[in-house]
Amino acid sequence: MGRIVILGGGVSGHTAASFCKKWVGKKHEVVVITPNSKWNWIPSNIWVGVGKMSTEQVTFELAPIYKKQGITYIQAKALSLHPDGGLDSDSPYVTYEHTHKDKMGQQETVTYDYMINATGPKLNFSATEGLGPEHGHTVSVCTPQHAVHASEELKKVIEVMKSGKRQKILIGTGHSSATCQGAAFEYMFNVEHELNEAGVRDMADLKWISNEFFLGDFGIAGLHLKKGGYVTSSKVFAESLFAERGIEWIVKAGVYKIESGIVHYENLDGQKKTEAFDFSMLIPSFSGVGLKAFDKSGADMTEKIFAANGFLKVDADYTKKPFAEWRAADWPKTYQNPTYKNLFAIGIAFAPPHAISKPMQSTNGTNISPAPPRTGMPSAMIGKAVAKTVTDMIKGKITEPQGNHSMTEMGAACVASTGSGFFNGSAVAMTVFPVVPDYEKYPGVGRSLKYTFGEVGLAGHWIKHLLHHLFLHKAKFRPGWSFIPE
Amino acid sequence: MNKESQIKPYEPSSGAALPTRFTLYMRQNFIYQVFRFIMINIKMTIIIWRSH
Ligand SMILES: Cc1cc2nc3c(=O)[nH]c(=O)nc-3n(C[C@H](O)[C@H](O)[C@H](O)COP(=O)(O)OP(=O)(O)OC[C@H]3O[C@@H](n4cnc5c(N)ncnc54)[C@H](O)[C@@H]3O)c2cc1C
Repeated sequence: MGRIVILGGGVSGHTAASFCKKWVGKKHEVVVITPNSKWNWIPSNIWVGVGKMSTEQVTFELAPIYKKQGITYIQAKALSLHPDGGLDSDSPYVTYEHTHKDKMGQQETVTYDYMINATGPKLNFSATEGLGPEHGHTVSVCTPQHAVHASEELKKVIEVMKSGKRQKILIGTGHSSATCQGAAFEYMFNVEHELNEAGVRDMADLKWISNEFFLGDFGIAGLHLKKGGYVTSSKVFAESLFAERGIEWIVKAGVYKIESGIVHYENLDGQKKTEAFDFSMLIPSFSGVGLKAFDKSGADMTEKIFAANGFLKVDADYTKKPFAEWRAADWPKTYQNPTYKNLFAIGIAFAPPHAISKPMQSTNGTNISPAPPRTGMPSAMIGKAVAKTVTDMIKGKITEPQGNHSMTEMGAACVASTGSGFFNGSAVAMTVFPVVPDYEKYPGVGRSLKYTFGEVGLAGHWIKHLLHHLFLHKAKFRPGWSFIPE
Repeated sequence: MNKESQIKPYEPSSGAALPTRFTLYMRQNFIYQVFRFIMINIKMTIIIWRSH
């Protein structure tokens, strides 16, 4: 019996685990090592962050679900990879530290035949002084607990507004190279909707701050879509959404420090500026979760397997080159580590070859531009593709990964709700195809104008709700789960 | 609501496209949105199918 070990039971890891088990059946073991006892449908944290949903509605216990499915579940965080084995055995293994209260802090090891790293991002609040809900002055919606706190803080500022005092609300990115602008974008609209519902919209000054070169860049170099007889940039689309709601914006801003009520940022002109706030949600930068790698003798070889940002190296072209020379072919197709053929990385855990948005530097030399996002849909699709590769390899059907699962061949859908209610809700529904622009295949715009589109309306709101329920249904392995697309 | 009355000349937002009253109405028109719901789902399904 072989063993597939998956590190991280988030969006991509859970998808990989579910398909690995479905395809290997009882012949091989599938192990998931993940520190949380609950699975979280992260996109719906936005609704928790405005008090529209509870944490129970966006999470569920993993243990019973994995038990039912026959997946071995270890509630722990992985610490190190030993792909050559150790002194007494050649079997590759991983060390982990338990996070369940019964075994808290205990360290153990598990050997593997195939390993899939799906550990997602470390929320790197400490990269920006004063950022984040734990040691800083801003709120976050990146975890359900953070989102609950954000909603409580939002309620407080709403009360202040009700008492007649204007409040400044600042939402966006909290680091010069942060990504996940889409989440902040959606949270902004939900906050705006919430203020309207509370009858205090006229008492709030809403402002966006981000490291994007233009509003609507989203870390994916923006997008173009057909609208009203024109090929229009997402800049026009995003600015329209903001202007319609009376939201101001600051772009080209690298936030580097936050004090109580004041954000410090540098812009591309090298100017250091400040922005006041009463309530602020800023997305931190992401890095790898800090896994180490050791060779057989126990010598540290982390740099051989992981890129400098802590993400695992895969079959991408990591040669440093200028934006003009970036090619679709730079992006990984199989997510296999070039050194260890039984090691894969999926979702946010794989090291991208470079950004998607054009890198920008301030006159002081600070990089102020988004890192490349790997959103839910591509993360899950990559998880499923790698599950297929690994299960075919463990069954001996193939010796090398097959197919091209590059983000330059993959689309993504993003639905950002801008208000709730079955008859009066609204959302921005956007799709991009492909996620990473291919300027050779689609000259100029980099993407298919047929399959890249965006629109605002009630329909998008229904889709957002549908996705919430469908993905939770799928993640809980309810009947027909495997037919629901990623 | 009349969105163009919000325009503040020479503010950065004054260059942004604003929806007309008709656009705002259509965004909430139930029948049109049912149609859009079907169309968006078809497009998303094609994208998912092409991505796999
Ligand atoms: C607020 C918010 C809203 C979003 N909205 C959308 C959206 O609408 N649409 C969309 O497509 N995407 C959205 N995203 C992005 C989406 O959530 C991510 O793309 C997706 O979660 C990435 O999947 P992943 O598996 O790589 O990482 P995650 O889902 O973060 O999973 C990583 C897992 O690894 C675990 N882990 C961490 N360290 C270790 C360790 N040492 N050992 C073992 N396990 C470890 C974590 O606990 C976690 O369970 C949003 C993100 C945020 C923050």
